[in-house]
Amino acid sequence: MRHFRHLALVLSLIAGPALAGNDPPRHQLPPSPDGNLVVGLCDGETSLEVKGVKPGDQMTREQGQQIADTLMQEWRRKHPDAEWVVAAAEPPAEGQMPGVKAPAEDQFQTYGAFTERDRQIWQESTDRLVAEGKRIFHDAKALGGTNAISCDMCHPDGSNTHPETYPKFQVQLGRVALLRDMINWCIENPVRGKPFADDDPRLKALEAYILAQRKGVALEYGKH
Amino acid sequence: MAHKSIETKYYEERASFFEDLTRMGALSRRGFLHIAGVSAGIAAAKGLIVPQSFQLIEIAQAAETAAPAFTIAYISDTHLYTRNVNDRFIRSAVKAVEEVNALDPQPDFVLFGGDLAQLGRGEELDLGAQILKDLKAPVKMMVGEHDWFLDMGEHWRSLFGPSQYSFDHKGIHFVTLMSVQEKDFWTARGMTPEERMHTVAGLDNGIQSRFEVGPDGRQWLQNDLAAIDKKTPIVIFSHSPLYKYYRNWNFWTEDADEVQAILDKFDTVSVIHGHTHQLLLNHIGNINFYGLLSTAWPWPYAPEGLPKLTVQMNRADPFNAFDGCGDGQLNVLASGMVNKVYNLWNRNPVTVRASYLSSNGAKDRPPAATLSSY
Repeated sequence: MRHFRHLALVLSLIAGPALAGNDPPRHQLPPSPDGNLVVGLCDGETSLEVKGVKPGDQMTREQGQQIADTLMQEWRRKHPDAEWVVAAAEPPAEGQMPGVKAPAEDQFQTYGAFTERDRQIWQESTDRLVAEGKRIFHDAKALGGTNAISCDMCHPDGSNTHPETYPKFQVQLGRVALLRDMINWCIENPVRGKPFADDDPRLKALEAYILAQRKGVALEYGKH
Repeated sequence: MAHKSIETKYYEERASFFEDLTRMGALSRRGFLHIAGVSAGIAAAKGLIVPQSFQLIEIAQAAETAAPAFTIAYISDTHLYTRNVNDRFIRSAVKAVEEVNALDPQPDFVLFGGDLAQLGRGEELDLGAQILKDLKAPVKMMVGEHDWFLDMGEHWRSLFGPSQYSFDHKGIHFVTLMSVQEKDFWTARGMTPEERMHTVAGLDNGIQSRFEVGPDGRQWLQNDLAAIDKKTPIVIFSHSPLYKYYRNWNFWTEDADEVQAILDKFDTVSVIHGHTHQLLLNHIGNINFYGLLSTAWPWPYAPEGLPKLTVQMNRADPFNAFDGCGDGQLNVLASGMVNKVYNLWNRNPVTVRASYLSSNGAKDRPPAATLSSY
């Protein structure tokens, strides 16, 4: 199961710096001297130059499969103890992974074979985004505000933000709005800050916090 | 057309409205009503959405309640920052002072319901004192947690005197309680006074303790009421609600049951409280409870614990800085009971009669909201 731990590690690496507002780490591929296409494996190390194919060229499904197989072969050569085949062929018996029901053998795929530990790590990553949203929600400076007003002053615990009612026709704007439009409206008006760009990590974190406060509430888009 | 903020538009409408008033020489009551009607007509002609139309209709109607023995005006929860930080809350406070000064006849006195400052700073409290000085009627001050937890009330007391006191007025015994005491959560955590203040200022900050009158305050209350006849009407001013509404937001008084027990022997008791920034009503035993509006911002109703007698106010329009805020009056009847006027800015005022609470909701139910909370 070691490769799944690698996966979890990669996920946590991405989650950390993303919150700090930086780009997530990218796999730096060695350039091809002839300008050929270079394809990288998700381990961040293994790569392959495709002779005669330039970036942007169309490839056949067979060519693609061949590239994938070659990369996988190379990865397995580097990790002889990875037990890849074993993991796929023999899912752990039910009861060994608390809370996770082992899938029937004929339905088994590697995508669904995660453990309770994996799930905890993923939950922790998600909770961290929610916690970051909570921090920003309560901090006028982090919101970029200029009058010391923060979201929680009118919306304690995210109350009265009703994210479950969006998208809806926002009468005062005269158009259909998403939750993020209203977040930005509040940042611009009562908070007197500059609206966040759509890919701003602060906006994502605020959405995560607001949605997390309404867990279990039925979605009812368009509600007034 | 250049983009204008909602507040700019509001001030333009307000200015033009008062220009009209002056032009028509309309300072008589009849003139007021006429202008209010004109203003409402303009609002109707513009369609459904008139987030900041200035209408004097509120004042005109507020004056038409049943004739009281005397009237008290209230202003509460102004949450002032200094001018360089935020001038919006200052404008709201000044608006309330202007409205109260425009009342004719003037109230016997004005109750300030606590949370004059936002972060308890000397400059914020000084600014508040300066704004309230413009009131023509005498002012009775009540302290809130936002005034207190930076220096534990030192500056507030130097401006306004003791935080707990009583007085008699026209046959009624008034008591102002200091009901926002908190058990020490800061020493063990090594908090600075600023950190302590910030923690208390956060409504949904679970670290702080719950509000209480505390053993000393309750003893003081017991002593104060010892010589008062049970037939004397009692009016209590308290910042926290003096009952248990919603613990997580400190819409709550930890020793409310004990305080209510002290008040139990009196025939007529009204509690007027701040802190909750909403139209809030309750009736427990012999006590009628009325929450005050804030001038700064409205709070949503809590997800649970709302007293069943509360008729909710419409949820606030976020696009109007004044909506859901306001001030109001306490019309004290000859019986010592209180009819309360919620003067909601930007909406029609709501009058809650004492008979509504005393009859446990059977009589005089105020109009229900059309936009309920989510």
